[in-house]
This record gives sequence, C-alpha cells and structure tokens, in this order.
Amino acid sequence: MARIALERIAHAYRANPSTDDDWALKELDHIWEDGGAYALLGPSGCGKTTLLNVISGLITPTHGRVLFDGVEVTESRTEQRNIAQVFQFPVIYDTMTVYENLAFPLRNRGVPESRIRERITEIAEMLDLAGDLGKRARRLSADAKQKISLGRGLVREDVAAILFDEPLTVIDPHLKWQLRRKLKEIHSTYRLTLVYVTHDQNEALTFAEKVVVMHEGRVLQLGTPQDLFERPQHTFVGHFIGSPGMNFVPCTLAEGAVAVNGTRIPLDAATAAAAAKATGALELGVRPEFLGLSDSPQEGAVAVDIGDVEDFGNFKIVTVRMSGRTLKAKVPEDRGVPTGRGYVVFPAGMTRLYAGGELVA
Amino acid sequence: MEKWPDNRAWFMVIPVFLVVAVSAIIPLMTVVNYSVQDIFGPGQRYFVGTEWFEQVLGDRRLHDALWRQFLFSGLVLLIEIPLGVLIALAMPKRGWAASFSLVLLALPLLIPWNVIGTIWIIFTRPDIGLFGATINTLGLDFDHTARALDAWVTLMLMEVWHWTPLVVLLAYAGLQAIPEAYYQAARIDGASAFAVFRYIQLPKMRGVLTIAVLLRFMDSFLIYAEPFVLTGGGPGNSTTFLSIHLVKIAVGQFDLGPAAAFSIIYFLIVLLFSWLFYQALQRAGTGDK
Repeated sequence: MARIALERIAHAYRANPSTDDDWALKELDHIWEDGGAYALLGPSGCGKTTLLNVISGLITPTHGRVLFDGVEVTESRTEQRNIAQVFQFPVIYDTMTVYENLAFPLRNRGVPESRIRERITEIAEMLDLAGDLGKRARRLSADAKQKISLGRGLVREDVAAILFDEPLTVIDPHLKWQLRRKLKEIHSTYRLTLVYVTHDQNEALTFAEKVVVMHEGRVLQLGTPQDLFERPQHTFVGHFIGSPGMNFVPCTLAEGAVAVNGTRIPLDAATAAAAAKATGALELGVRPEFLGLSDSPQEGAVAVDIGDVEDFGNFKIVTVRMSGRTLKAKVPEDRGVPTGRGYVVFPAGMTRLYAGGELVA
Repeated sequence: MEKWPDNRAWFMVIPVFLVVAVSAIIPLMTVVNYSVQDIFGPGQRYFVGTEWFEQVLGDRRLHDALWRQFLFSGLVLLIEIPLGVLIALAMPKRGWAASFSLVLLALPLLIPWNVIGTIWIIFTRPDIGLFGATINTLGLDFDHTARALDAWVTLMLMEVWHWTPLVVLLAYAGLQAIPEAYYQAARIDGASAFAVFRYIQLPKMRGVLTIAVLLRFMDSFLIYAEPFVLTGGGPGNSTTFLSIHLVKIAVGQFDLGPAAAFSIIYFLIVLLFSWLFYQALQRAGTGDK
C-alpha cells in the first residue's frame, strides 16, 4: 500500500497539443491517501480512464510526476509499479482454467506455489469462485469472467493500489450490488487503496469514502459524498450529482444580498464579502431537496408558476417556472403542493452562490 | 395461424440446386462414372467394379508421388505458418508503415500462378538468373534442372515466397482484432513478452490460423501450375506431385478410368486431412477432449 501523489500531471494523446481541447487531462495535482477508497466520477470522455492509466503506467503523462510513497515512478513501466487494475470488459486468458487465471499474476512474479494456493483459496472464497477453480475460464458467463478479472486484481498482496475502470458495467444489476458490497468489505478488512472509476453517481457515492468528480479533463471536486451533495464546488458537480440535479438561477449582487427576479435574498457576511470580489456570472444554486415551496408570499420568497407534479410514491417532484426558467423541488409525499401560483424559498444554510461556475465561499 | 404444406416452395430451391449441380454434382458424378467403367468409345463401355481403384492403389509411382506430396505439404505448413505468424508479429501496427507493408506483402498473391513459375525459372537460372548466378558465384554448385535437392529447394523458396503473405495477412488480421485491454491486463499481471504471445496472441489467433492451415494444406496438396512450369515434375520424378502425376495419367496416357479412381481417392485424402486439422485446431489448448 502506498500514498500516491500526482504532481502537475497533464496528458494529451496528440503530439504538440496547442488548444485547450487537445488535453485529455488538464494540469492537476492530486493525492490518493494510503488505504483510501476513492471513486473517480464523471461523464464519458472526461479523462477518468486517462488519469487511471497514468497512475498504473499504461500511459506516460505528457508532463508532471507520479510518486508512490514519495518515490518517483513516472517513467517506470507498469510491471515495475506494483499496481493492480481491473478493466471495463472482462479480460481472461482463454486457454487457462480459473485457477491458472488467478495464479497468473503471482506466477509471473515468482511467488511460491504453496503461497499461490493459499491466496487463490482465499480470493475464490471471497468472490464465490471456489466451485469453478478447475473449469476453463472461457466457458463461464460474463459475470463470472469479470469476477476472475476482479480476482486477478485482488490476488496480489503487495500492490500499491487497485484501480477499477468501470468494472461492473457488464454485470447484471443484482450481482453488481453484491460485488460492490463485497469490494467495500474487502476494503474495510484489508485497508487497500482503491480507486474506482465510474460514470454512475450511485455507484460512486455508495462505494467510496471520497469521491473525485471530473469534467473535461479537470478535477472539479474531491470530497465525501456529503460534501458533494451539500457543497458542490462547481455548478457541474451540482448538476451531475443528485437526481434531479441542483437548481441554478441567475442573480445579481445587491448590498449584502442577491436579487433574484427583483426579490432580495440575504447572504451571510463572509459570502457577501467573497461575492464582491468574484468575477463571472452569478448564479444561486439550491438542491431540489432543499428548495422550499409555499402558497403565500413571504420574506425572500420568489413568485413562480407551479407546473407538473410527478408522484414517485414516497416523494413528489414539482416543476416550477420562474420567468422562463424551470426549477425542480423534491417534496415529501405527505406535503401539499400549491396549484397555479406559488412561491419558492431559498433556505439560508443550503443555498450556495456561484460565480462563473465556481462556488463563492 | 393455420399452416398448410405447399410443395411449390421447393421451386425456390431450384436456382441453388442448379448451381450446385453444374458446379459440383455433375462433374463429381462424371468422375464416379468413369472410375467404375472401362470406356472405349460412345456405346462401348464395360462395368469393371473396383478394378481401377485396385490398380491405382497398387501403383508404386503413385505411392512415391503421395509421399512426396505429404513431405511437400508438411514442409509448407511447418515453414509458412510459424514464419507468417512471426512476420505478422513484427509488422507495424498502425500508420503509413502498416499500409505499406500490407501492400508489399500482398504483391506475390496478385501474380498468376503460372507466371510465378516463369519468374522463378528465370530468377534461379544458373547462368543469368539473379539468384542462381549469385549462388554459383559464391561457389555453390546450384542447378534445379539437374539435381533433385536443388529443385526442391527452389520449389520451397518459391512456395514460401508466394504463400507466406497469405498466412501473414490472416495472422495480422487476427492480431489486430485483439482488444487493447488484453495487452494492458497482461502488463498489469506482469506477463513476459513470451507469455503474452503464448496466452493471449496465440489463443486469439486460433480462428484465423485454422483457416490458414486449412487453406495452405489444401492448396499445397493440390499444387500443380508452379512445379509444372518450374520443373515439369523433374529432374526424374523428384518433383512429380499427385496432381502432376494425375494429369500424366489422364491427359498424357488418356487412362481415364484409373485417373478418375485416383481423383476420387485424392479428393477423399484432402477431405480427411482437412477434417483432422480442423478438429485438432478447434481443440488445441482448450482442454476439451
């Protein structure tokens, strides 16, 4: 296990990158603490896999340094980095049995057979593969094949980190949930450093202690699932996480408060001070879970038209229109929803101000 | 929905039936017809049963040609398959260099077979041929028209030059089809270059190599034009392969009965070995019995 530090890492797949778009990974500094369970979350094409491959050495970054426990490994080959990685689609060695597949990473490193046997017995037990060890790997189902891939990632004891690149994409939903729980269990038992790449927020939020959100080659936020939910550092994080995503409304600054459609919404002193210095378009962000709905006007409430109400059984999602812009509010099942004209309230502790997409704090 | 038999549907099969009949069934049955009769002329023919088959199976010259044929096809497979795989492994994977080497490799495959023979006659002539003259200048006495070994060497060189590119193209296609994740996983697993070949590339090439082995076996077992042009089956009978021998019987001596019986046996041998190769390659390395 090791602490993995990325210093000023950037990567471009083309030679001589000139424009911003040429960089698959824009310059970033990042530290993966020893024994942490991280999720790397972002939409397809945001550079998650590139970042993962930089850590494992499958890609040498265009510039920057990778350090394992303070030792620079930027130029070291994957084989020398002592890292395990599991890929999106199952990779199995067709001609080998399940046992031989699991033994392969160990045999290549000259681990004694007796130790290999112990490890495989342990891993097979963990992944429910014990009954299949003697079978030819290529005869198994996609699920089982991916379990073998996972097993090959877990079988080495001395790895610096295990990287998962959307490993449960091909697994059916029921087993997906089981395997994810299994991985969490393995993490809490062995305190391995795990980095789990996914574009599925539920997967990320349930798996990880810390979630790294990426977008267009940038790391936008590193935080606990709660941080991401309550204090998104960037409007993208607000949009991307949560279902439905965060509401944003444009606003203007007005002496220690912001004005939305002419209604003053007070800010606390620190935010007001920071907002005065911030540049870029100002937006007020609030999660649908926190957006208050009322049928009577009150201090700081903005008038809206109430639109569709979707009933999900245990909660309702209300769509409201505020001068051409739609907002969503998530209200408990038992609460009444005003019809026609209504008012939305931006609660003090849960409303964030963004300038040019970045959180003002 | 009610279903009822409508035999008119059989008319749909007629086009295919006609094509297969003209291309395969009629010629094959003609051969069967000849193989069991002694035909002197129209209306003058006698049923002879298995006599031609017995005669052909006991023919010592045919035995010699058969062993020669097995030796030739065996050498072809032993040289061309590994060589083709090696070249495919060494070829550039992308960019202009990949296209360039593919075109370069495909050139021998585009030349008509009898022209190949002619090219090699000139290429290996001891007096003016680039290859023949060079070898002789180096002090090696080389003449494929006079010595059996030299004839074989020339023939093998020509065959390898002509057909290895086919194996390369097939193997290359097989290699290109392997997803990058396999190589990445192998690096993560710490596999050596040989292990990558043994456990990823070779198993993934099973399909294309099966095709390569079958094609090269069948083609080389039926080889005619190139040795006919290059050596005419000589010197002596040293490069007389089955098809050359067959043509001698059928066209040279006009013994259509024995030639027909021989053709059927020839066909069955090719069929049998193709089947054996296919079965063996389908099972190789899978642990299936």
